[in-house]
Amino acid sequence: MKAGRNPSASGSGERGRGRLAVIAVTAVVAALIAAGAVALVVNIMERKQEAKNPFYRVVELTDQTEDPAVWGKNFPLQYDGYRRTVDQVRTRFGGSEALPRTPTKADPRSFAAQSRLEEDPRLKAMWAGYAFARDFREDRGHAYMLVDQTYTERQVAAKQPGTCLHCHASVYVPYNKLGEGDLIKGFETMNRMSFAEARQLVTHPVACIDCHSPDTMQLRVTRPGFIEGIRTLKASQGVKDYDVNTMATRQEMRAFVCGQCHVEYYFKGPEKRLVYPWAKGLKVEEILAYYDEVKFRDWVHADTGAEVLKAQHPEFEMWNQGIHARSGVACADCHMPYMREGALKISDHHVRSPLLNINRACQTCHKWPEAELRARVETIQGRTFRLRNLAMDALVALITDIKSARATGVADADLAAARDFQRRAQFFLDFVEAENSTGFHAPQEAARILGESINFARQGQIALRDRRVPRR
Amino acid sequence: MGVGGFTFLYGKGASYLTNDPAACANCHIMRSYYDAWLVSSHRAVAVCNDCHTPSGVWAKSTTKASNGFRHSVAFTTGRFVEPLQITASNRKITESACRTCHQDIVQAIDPPHRLTGTLACVRCHNSTGHLY
Repeated sequence: MKAGRNPSASGSGERGRGRLAVIAVTAVVAALIAAGAVALVVNIMERKQEAKNPFYRVVELTDQTEDPAVWGKNFPLQYDGYRRTVDQVRTRFGGSEALPRTPTKADPRSFAAQSRLEEDPRLKAMWAGYAFARDFREDRGHAYMLVDQTYTERQVAAKQPGTCLHCHASVYVPYNKLGEGDLIKGFETMNRMSFAEARQLVTHPVACIDCHSPDTMQLRVTRPGFIEGIRTLKASQGVKDYDVNTMATRQEMRAFVCGQCHVEYYFKGPEKRLVYPWAKGLKVEEILAYYDEVKFRDWVHADTGAEVLKAQHPEFEMWNQGIHARSGVACADCHMPYMREGALKISDHHVRSPLLNINRACQTCHKWPEAELRARVETIQGRTFRLRNLAMDALVALITDIKSARATGVADADLAAARDFQRRAQFFLDFVEAENSTGFHAPQEAARILGESINFARQGQIALRDRRVPRR
Repeated sequence: MGVGGFTFLYGKGASYLTNDPAACANCHIMRSYYDAWLVSSHRAVAVCNDCHTPSGVWAKSTTKASNGFRHSVAFTTGRFVEPLQITASNRKITESACRTCHQDIVQAIDPPHRLTGTLACVRCHNSTGHLY
């Protein structure tokens, strides 16, 4: 055997120790690389896990889970957005500021929105003899819907029924409890109660359960007013027995759940049933034609004796006339746009003016600078507002004329034409005034409606002056 | 054979076996889509085939073959409707291509609906590949 070289080269001689060192260093480096790689893989796995579990089933949600805080345990991101509706931010024509006020026993609110009646006294003339002439404030977020309805002076000015809570509270669970599982029966029972009595049965403003099915989270309609209203509307279009919860498409639902409440309505009959006046269609003249047919009036005007109507927040009807509805853009697309929260895309549950969120609400489809989009919206709203002011002046002029004619003893028969014009002018104007987009949902329709209102008001003045009925 | 071979070479037949976007723009009617894609958000991460053909050798080949045949007939005869509209099956291919990469981030908003199936991504995100 030759001396010296040992082929196994472990441990003996300088070359062996050198090789051992190389092996050791290589092993250490390899170990470090391996550890780093495993750490990276684990990190990637964690990120993927984050995305794979959109929610942990912390609590079981059932059809009786009324409290949104409980839903928020499974869906904290959406719940956080929902809670932000307490923010009061002004836009040029909408929103409100939180004005401090001294709480009283009758009204414990320490903040409220500004009175619209103080901003524009013509509204008092328009609503003379009706509760709205007593108290009417700028709008604020969903979080306030129940407290504002509870403490508005309109509750003092008139005895309101429990029907009001259909929209201003989370009534799905209370209706089911009241009706022992029958939603419609519960609805009818609460309608017949006084507001004070019904108020004891509700706890929350609009909550998760009012729009979402607790098992699949799919959108669903829970409000009897809308279920019956949309069935009536579809029937007038030739579609029989329309059941919104099985027949609406997903995109339609993203408008229908908002349409549960953001609509014109009236209380029918002594049982104060909430009815949406859509038997002839959604346009303002179709709604008015329905009211004429059923001979409905909200009140008799204190100054003129005319049988007049109040319009309430007809956003759903107005949006339906505009280009966005025509293009399949639903309420949620602009008012609850998708947002990325971490590794998840969710709907933004902070429902508010899209002008406060132009990037997400508008720029997905309209790829222009925010300043330009804002300017476009404010141009539309500015034009609508100017027409609205003209219509207000025209209406107040008519009301003043009828009032003085009445005071000088003009007979009712001679006042009839003018009073009818006032009913028309006032409803058309109120339709746009009460609608919360200042024309944006359907700009040309809003302008048309106000134009017609001005025409009605002036025609009324002519009728009074000439004691003849001009062509309508 | 000679004539066929020449035609194949002249029509750049072999290019259709590749994923090269320029191959799709062999027909000038595709020029505007190719140009739009070159400036789109996905120009560096997806070529035409990534969104318009399914993955998997068999599915991709059959899709290329059937679309290619249809395009050849249409472009040769000139009988097609303009503006060009994607077929229903090809639209499905494109929609699932979105999800192949983006499923993780959209799964909270993308559960299937009992009536309308899944959301249509390109309804809002219409400039991702090629705007118009």
